[in-house]
Amino acid sequence: MRSKFWSAIATHAVLIAYAVVALFPVLLIILNSFKDRITIFSAPFALPWADSFTLDGYATLVSGSHFEWYFLNSLFVTTSSLLLILIVGSMAAFALAEYKFRFNLLTSLYLSIGIMVPIRLGTVGILRLMVNLHLVNNLLSLILIYTAQGIPLAVFVLTTFMRQVPGDLKDAARIDGASEYRIYLLILPLVRPALGSVLAISMLPIWNDLWFPLILAPGEATKTLILGAQTFLGEFANDYNAVLAALTLAILPPVFLYVIFSRQLIRGITAGAVK
Amino acid sequence: MVKSKRGLPIHILVFLGPAVLIYTAFMIYPLCDSLWLSLNNKASSGAGQMFVGIQNYLTLFSQDRWSAPLWNAVRNNLVFFVIHMVVQNPIGLLLAGLLATRIRGAAIYRTIIFTPTILSVVIIGFVWKLILLPSWGISRALFGIVGLSGLGDYPWLGTESTTLITLSLMSVWQNIGIPMMLFLAALIRIPDDLMEAARVDGASSWTIFWRIQFPLILPTVGLIAVLTFVGNFNAFDLIYATQGALAGPNFASDILGTFFFRTFFGYQLQPADPFMGSTVAGVMLVIILVGVLIYLFGWQRRLQQIQF
Repeated sequence: MRSKFWSAIATHAVLIAYAVVALFPVLLIILNSFKDRITIFSAPFALPWADSFTLDGYATLVSGSHFEWYFLNSLFVTTSSLLLILIVGSMAAFALAEYKFRFNLLTSLYLSIGIMVPIRLGTVGILRLMVNLHLVNNLLSLILIYTAQGIPLAVFVLTTFMRQVPGDLKDAARIDGASEYRIYLLILPLVRPALGSVLAISMLPIWNDLWFPLILAPGEATKTLILGAQTFLGEFANDYNAVLAALTLAILPPVFLYVIFSRQLIRGITAGAVK
Repeated sequence: MVKSKRGLPIHILVFLGPAVLIYTAFMIYPLCDSLWLSLNNKASSGAGQMFVGIQNYLTLFSQDRWSAPLWNAVRNNLVFFVIHMVVQNPIGLLLAGLLATRIRGAAIYRTIIFTPTILSVVIIGFVWKLILLPSWGISRALFGIVGLSGLGDYPWLGTESTTLITLSLMSVWQNIGIPMMLFLAALIRIPDDLMEAARVDGASSWTIFWRIQFPLILPTVGLIAVLTFVGNFNAFDLIYATQGALAGPNFASDILGTFFFRTFFGYQLQPADPFMGSTVAGVMLVIILVGVLIYLFGWQRRLQQIQF
């Protein structure tokens, strides 16, 4: 019994130590973003107090760049892509799970290429295509690319879940004269947890991406939050208050989403892997 | 399952159409177009392009101007990958093993440790750059805890011999949540009876882990290895955000992603070159496919069936 007690203590010690390692850098940035320049350097580990509290960095941010645009751009791109991924992904998954047709397996395999082959490797072709479509510096280009990138995993996860929906339900609906489209709409709410998981695992890679905004939409009006932060951090490298404020603002949205979606995210990661 | 007669009924086409079209137009077609471009080059007349076969690949591998940075990037990328394999994945396994003991507060620990993984690589890069900046003094204070405050003034990111290892460890710090989560999911699926039986027979936790739990999570070990491999050989953001497109100092942190970006986009005196850029992407594709195929046919086939 005693050894059990000590092993629990040791386990807690290791986990606490690592939790500190994981959180310390993030907290350090957030705390210092509210401190004046002198205190940032003289007492980097101190909490912001009344005499050292300042919002200077945030003021520079508001006047020196268009963070609110960037934020809206990111929000627009991420929500549109996610919506498209869920709609077209669930439709395709429904067809693959529900019907036996000649190219079923082939279509599944074709769609799963994208799970392992990174879309970035086609960047030269993507840029050429977007130039031809006149979509460079247009947020639509990002939405289309992120949708294409998200489809493979979405279809894969959703197909597995849709196969588990009992057939009786669909047959009963068919006897009542429901069309196939109606049956799809009937199934959709039943796989809601799976839709949540797909949403959660697709969300952060889109929100956090730097590569495609840098290549397809680097214009001031179409910058996403991450690209905007990247340019801002480069320009204001010596203004510590501004840099720390920009980092804090870029950290908060994903943390916020994580708090809301952590259950779906964890389920999504494990569902994608062990199913 | 509803069996259809010959041909595809219209509703199946309606369901599959949008996904297949978007995926084909914006993923498969550009990938194929890139591969095709890698077999072409500027026409000698100046305008347009012409088919040159594998000439670009020969240039890439045989001309010093290309092959030196290519091999440098491949070597650095391998180091980057190896550090992830020997640091990130074992620590991820250790943390998962501890969490799987159903210790009190496991969910809180798990949530906290996963937090860096959700943040943008750009942000992570800057955060660590600031922490390692000698003028801020954070790293001096941290090294001071173990009595080595002198090491805090060392320019870890600015020195050729240490920059790649430092960047790799930054990436490990960020991504450790993924192997932890996947190992944890695999570990808690193992029935308790198995471990209980061994414990009754007097086996220690250590023996139980290596003789029972570890063999049962081998499929996950392979999955994590291949995910790490694909992620690492496709990495770009961290190096670009902290060191810029030139992956300094003196290309010591250049990996395939940054090399690809420079070749294709151009930088300083080197003009943009979509043909050689596609060629570099073609090489990356082959490397990644080899990794994935080794996993699918070398590892997964011998183990029980799992899918990703």
